[in-house]
Amino acid sequence: MTYLLQQTLNALQLGSIYALIALGYTMVYGILRMINFAHGDFFMVGAFLCFVVVTFMQLPFAPALLVTIIGVSLLGVIVERIAYRPLRQAPRVSAIITALGVGIFLENFTLALSPYPKSIPPLIPAVNWTIGGVTLSSLQVIIVFLSIALMSALHFIVQHTRVGIAMRAISWDINLVPLMGVPVNRIVSITFALGSGLGGAAGMMYGMAYPVIDPYMGILVGWKAFISAVVGGIGNIRGAVLGGFILGAVEILVAAFLPSTYRDFVAFSLLLILLVFRPHGILGKPRSQKV
Amino acid sequence: MNNKKVLLEVKDLTVSYGGINAVKGISFLVHAGDIVTLLGANGAGKTTTLHSISGITPYKGDILYKGQNLRKVPAHSIVGLGIAQVPEGRGIFGNLTVMENLTISTWQRKDRSNIKTDLEYVFDLFPRLKERIKQPGGTLSGGEQQMLALGRALMSKAELLLLDEPSMGLSPLLSQEIFKMLIRINSAGTTLLLVEQNANLALQIANSGYVLETGMIVLSGTGDELRGNPLIKEAYLG
Repeated sequence: MTYLLQQTLNALQLGSIYALIALGYTMVYGILRMINFAHGDFFMVGAFLCFVVVTFMQLPFAPALLVTIIGVSLLGVIVERIAYRPLRQAPRVSAIITALGVGIFLENFTLALSPYPKSIPPLIPAVNWTIGGVTLSSLQVIIVFLSIALMSALHFIVQHTRVGIAMRAISWDINLVPLMGVPVNRIVSITFALGSGLGGAAGMMYGMAYPVIDPYMGILVGWKAFISAVVGGIGNIRGAVLGGFILGAVEILVAAFLPSTYRDFVAFSLLLILLVFRPHGILGKPRSQKV
Repeated sequence: MNNKKVLLEVKDLTVSYGGINAVKGISFLVHAGDIVTLLGANGAGKTTTLHSISGITPYKGDILYKGQNLRKVPAHSIVGLGIAQVPEGRGIFGNLTVMENLTISTWQRKDRSNIKTDLEYVFDLFPRLKERIKQPGGTLSGGEQQMLALGRALMSKAELLLLDEPSMGLSPLLSQEIFKMLIRINSAGTTLLLVEQNANLALQIANSGYVLETGMIVLSGTGDELRGNPLIKEAYLG
């Protein structure tokens, strides 16, 4: 029982990181029907940006988080502006290839800056609380609460602000939105800023929780978060969060009860089976094309 | 024929899609306070003309609104100048609530304090919308969606409404009801450019009209003149 509780805590920590990244995939897909395959690398840039400002500028936790989020937001906005926007009317496959290219560029750019694996110095005092045999670290608490806070902020923006209404309108029909007086490109930029910023925050938290960061760390984590978004129902914000936590839980539970090399194999098999029965994801709905 | 101020002037408008000219050099005027109708069959170029005015399709020729050339003005800013479109098929955002549908079109407005008063005006015109403010737009009936589309266009504080077949898909009774509202909206000072296949309905309320055939204006005149025209009677009024 204690063991299960302990694993649940670990699952929450991993799940919140997947959920934060999955949100970026789902938001961009929701408005542009495009998979931003560079998003996993935005996550990696977040970890490295945090490493740089903490190591060379000695920034403490909160300012480092702020700089990381703003920096990766900007990266998302710039990439959309110069790489994706010119291809908005092009076939989707061109945009996807471009995204893959941007990802490879970011990986190798980071690699070129310095080829050695890095480690983010400790940013918060490491405290462990043991309650009834279950150990809770200060880092876990921060990761889970910060993720929930960021997701709540996103939920508020999407559901209760003018920009959020415009984002949802674009996801319904991007061609109608200019007729409402809404500047579509600005909303797309804001969407990229929000999604990328969350990915950057996830990168920083991941880098704080795991011993090393390297330029390729975004590939596997990015794929997993993408699959989380698909499992939850891509384009659906609650679905992305749900998918992230499900994947986190499945991975941790598999590793807890089976040899750890089975982890990805079993986790992905389960997800594939789920998609056979719910091809639009758990919360995704097939949208009938209305005339 | 009209000594009111010219609100919209379309000069030599030509639109081509992939080498085919959908609109072939048409020119017409819309005077402030009028109801002007563009009549014609499917594919005559009516919707394309409205898309050009709203700035969502590239065109040749000139479109002037209050004397200002709209060529370089982006579509979202055209709404800010006072031109709103009620698109074909109504274009309701099915995933937004009725209230969100009504407020999304206020994006360009600078007078945010007047939005509440205008909401009251819209609810006064269409009381049924008020009962449904929290409902997703996609759950409304066709007639209610048309009311919502009209209300949404009014919320942008439009002086010129472009209406693309507001009677489409509605029962004759509902169409009559919508057209009564159009008269009310017009008498409150809003100019209407009305695209219709239902010439009978359109000519009942229009001050003037133009008949389009395969991208060209083949006939124009006041509402009365067109109603009495034997060609119109034969081709459109049945």
